[in-house]
Amino acid sequence: MSHIFAYILHRAGVVDDSAAELLAAARKIDVNTSPTAILTGCGADLDAACSSVRSLYSEVWEVGNDALAYPNAELVRQALVAILPRNSILLLPHDHFGIDLSPGLSVKLDCAFVPDAVAIDSIEHEVLQLVRQEFGGQVSDHVRCDVSMGAVINIRPGAFKAEQTAATSGVIVDKSSAVGSLTARRRYIETIIAESGDVDITKHSVLVSIGRGIQEKDNVALAEDLAEVLGAAVSCSRPVVDAKWMEKSRQVGSSGKTVKPKVYLACGISGAFQHLAGIKGSPFIIAINKNSKAPIFQVADVGIVDDILEFLPELTRRVREWRGVAA
Amino acid sequence: MNILVCVRRVPDTSENEIQLNAEGNDIEREELVYSVNEPDNYAVEEALQIRDRVGGTVTVVTVGGEEDEEVLRRELAMGANQAVLISDDAFMGSDGRGIATILKEFVLKGHYDLILTGVQADDGAAQVGGMLAAMLDYPFASLVNSISVEDGRLQVSREIEGGNREINEIELPCVLSIQTGINEPRYVGMRGIRQVASVPIPTLGAGDVGVNPVTVGQKAARVKRVDYFVPTRSEGAELLCGSRKENAEKVLELVAAKGGLK
Repeated sequence: MSHIFAYILHRAGVVDDSAAELLAAARKIDVNTSPTAILTGCGADLDAACSSVRSLYSEVWEVGNDALAYPNAELVRQALVAILPRNSILLLPHDHFGIDLSPGLSVKLDCAFVPDAVAIDSIEHEVLQLVRQEFGGQVSDHVRCDVSMGAVINIRPGAFKAEQTAATSGVIVDKSSAVGSLTARRRYIETIIAESGDVDITKHSVLVSIGRGIQEKDNVALAEDLAEVLGAAVSCSRPVVDAKWMEKSRQVGSSGKTVKPKVYLACGISGAFQHLAGIKGSPFIIAINKNSKAPIFQVADVGIVDDILEFLPELTRRVREWRGVAA
Repeated sequence: MNILVCVRRVPDTSENEIQLNAEGNDIEREELVYSVNEPDNYAVEEALQIRDRVGGTVTVVTVGGEEDEEVLRRELAMGANQAVLISDDAFMGSDGRGIATILKEFVLKGHYDLILTGVQADDGAAQVGGMLAAMLDYPFASLVNSISVEDGRLQVSREIEGGNREINEIELPCVLSIQTGINEPRYVGMRGIRQVASVPIPTLGAGDVGVNPVTVGQKAARVKRVDYFVPTRSEGAELLCGSRKENAEKVLELVAAKGGLK
């Protein structure tokens, strides 16, 4: 069985949540495995991150290099190609970094690449069977991959629950000298922090959230009317921002805001995992969607198969009546 | 600047309820509405805008079959200078790496400064652009949501967590995967498509592109799909089946019960 490695992201000395999830995924591949964590970076931040990940991983490879102060995927790839033994299995999160790094890394390592794995089914004679999703999460599929020659596997964030395991006290192995000088034709310049916008959707206990099902800009008013009578805010999913119908600051998801409402009304939202990643704190989710196959119905508490352009005005009317009676 | 955009024709998930076929080995493809993969359409628009600013050409390419000509025709109507279909029985069942291998050979036959792909297609893999770049030894950036051209290089912004943007400088030639929302793709009507109806779209096979057939296709695939299945609905999701009015009443009750009404 090939040895399993996990590439661990960290920032300002703090290890990313994916560290524990990758460990859980590694144990699904091989219950007896002791995977090795790999961290790249430089200085005190890297030392702190390596030190804290020792509680999860029994072996930690530390790769210090000034060029790796920011995780530029092009440079990290060169470092990993230099240190990874042949036929290794490497796990990464399928996020903006894993998407940037892993496909090209698998080419350079001349091994298989499995993107966005949501579950690990079985392994038999070094043939790994995994579960993926396609068509916006409407359909799942099993894929098989021979890992005897190694593999790079991107794990969907949140798909593998961190397990309670006895804390270990891993050894740190300094692999810095195995990495030569690193140069890339892509240079990191800076990070621009998102603007906060007029309404802070992270502070509201009820969100009326709209997706592609709102169909056109003029229909956004249907959600605003409902939000007004409910005392809620309007948020949205990616397609609404792409179409420039709402500001980016209203977007819920991994590339938008993380929200923690009590009630989340998902209106015409299909429920892509990137969107669901932005909903925390287990709110009560009510989903309204024309498409009964929409993945949102798999995570919602209550679902209604209906056209939001008809349903939202009905609900607004009903809440207005109730407000009238209550007042 | 000569720009190549790699596109794909996919079932439109916003227009279709995807079902399994009777055998469970594929989705039911009869009566599906197909269209160009959404991020690819943004990539074409971005290429056209760059060309119109700095000059050059835009070529659109897809690996597929005859039926994929319609998306190439659509991109020609948007304003692409030329379109190429790469098609061969030997390509059937290729995995992402196989597709990247075919595209690599095609790229090496031309002279492109910039290669764009959509960030991901219907399989949600987000892999071909990064693999293609590595095979060509070009620099790569994914999830690109803005591009500005400076002499001999680009400044690109990548979409990272929380709506933040990571700014990078990248040398040409390079490969970028384009995120949706980077621009507002122009509308293409039936009339525009009719106007390019007679523009020839060359079809290239494995021999024309110079692909060794044993490196692509089903047999060379390192990641193979076994079957499709529909995930079981979680216990919690209760579907309301009343009239619209009854459902609205119930939603109001639920919002109130969960502490949502002040």
